[in-house]
Amino acid sequence: MPLKAVTSALAGLLLAWRIAVAAEAPVIAVAANMTEPMREIAQAFERENGAVVRLSFGSSGNFVRQIQQGAPFELFLAADEDSIERLRATGQVADRGATYAIGRLALFVPGRSSIKVDPELAGLGEALRLGGLRRLAIANPEHAPYGRAAEQALRHAGLWEASRSRLALGENIGQTAQFVLTGAADAGLIAYSIALSQTFRDRGRFAVIPEAAHDPIRQRMALLAGAGDIARGLYEFMSGATARRVLERYGYAVPGAQ
Amino acid sequence: MDWSAFRLSLELAFWTCGLLLPVGILVGRALAWRTFPGKVFVEALIALPLVLPPTVLGFYLLIGFGKASWAGQAYEAVIGEPLVFSFAGLVIASMIFNLPFVVQPMQRAFAAVDPTIREAAWCCGLSRWRAFLRIEAPLAWPGILSALVLTFAHTLGEFGVVLMVGGNIPDETRTVAIAIYDRVQAFDDQAAGAMAAVLLLFSFAAIGLVNLLSLRVGRRHA
Repeated sequence: MPLKAVTSALAGLLLAWRIAVAAEAPVIAVAANMTEPMREIAQAFERENGAVVRLSFGSSGNFVRQIQQGAPFELFLAADEDSIERLRATGQVADRGATYAIGRLALFVPGRSSIKVDPELAGLGEALRLGGLRRLAIANPEHAPYGRAAEQALRHAGLWEASRSRLALGENIGQTAQFVLTGAADAGLIAYSIALSQTFRDRGRFAVIPEAAHDPIRQRMALLAGAGDIARGLYEFMSGATARRVLERYGYAVPGAQ
Repeated sequence: MDWSAFRLSLELAFWTCGLLLPVGILVGRALAWRTFPGKVFVEALIALPLVLPPTVLGFYLLIGFGKASWAGQAYEAVIGEPLVFSFAGLVIASMIFNLPFVVQPMQRAFAAVDPTIREAAWCCGLSRWRAFLRIEAPLAWPGILSALVLTFAHTLGEFGVVLMVGGNIPDETRTVAIAIYDRVQAFDDQAAGAMAAVLLLFSFAAIGLVNLLSLRVGRRHA
């Protein structure tokens, strides 16, 4: 049967191609707050090394789940330290990995909003009191690292109780930011890196929250069992000068840098 | 176990069913008995949510009804609160998404009613309304009921749209499907497992009921 021969040849080709792609391009799990900077870093890495990586963006909690169930990621850039610890406890990572960035939180309001934006959240408090704020977007404090920091910052400013009934919870910090950008929420506490990204920078006003208002958001990365040379290369690359420049441009503090 | 999420999902399901019941009867009946130009187009439009990814609807609701859009501003000016992040928003999304579930079984049920019986009813002097109540509805009820059961169960399971436009707000938009996802993310397997088990049993019972009803219809026409 010629038709059968053609189909099986095609299927074989497809399979070979899939295997080739899979072998060459490791999948990297990236916490949502690192979306923009990681695209740039990965591009630089690919240019310098002639290798290809595939980036998958999402919430750290979800990635931990998926990795525990055997998801084929080779490197995991989490938004916190707990995620890596969790994986170490269940044996998917060999060591504690390394802190690659310390994130900051920012208050972001859409361009035409009348809410005053300041690091101490005084304008936000005023809007809450006067009813000028219907919905405040934060990431879910129960499992998103930036959500935890947002809760701490609101408590620090004495606004937690007043804002609780006004919160819209994003599944991860990317969705939280999306809520504000579309105007669905009037303001949001989002990752500073997202506020600084191309899409957000010019479409709203923002203020970075002081470090003292919340625990430092230490973002840890770790190689997963079965990581290949390319993933290992990227892991090293994350501590290099190129990656550091990008991370600092996006408002992260980089451990070991001045 | 998040009982408020269950209550919210049940409320959403009741609202969806209640609002869609008259729509389903009117549209299903019209599609069953009438021919008109563009009927194929209308049927395709109604069936669309069967294949449309929920994220597509979620995207349009978020972009189209956000405060940045004229539709969102108009809605907020009239209703007084934004459509996204609100229970009303979920009801609207749910109605759009359940349209085929409610219309299609009703259309089939009305199509199965013998036209000569209806004509006989009119000849006997029954008004159209009384003919519907006395003759059509009693004949078509298993289809109507199974449409409602399907819609109800489908609404309880609604996830994609709610995830995109809900904002996970307790008592407003945190439905049971979202609550399960939320618990899984928080590594609270016990609560997630309990809620998942309840939904599993409920869905199974709903499908069983629908099958029983369709058996009844089949027997009557055998």
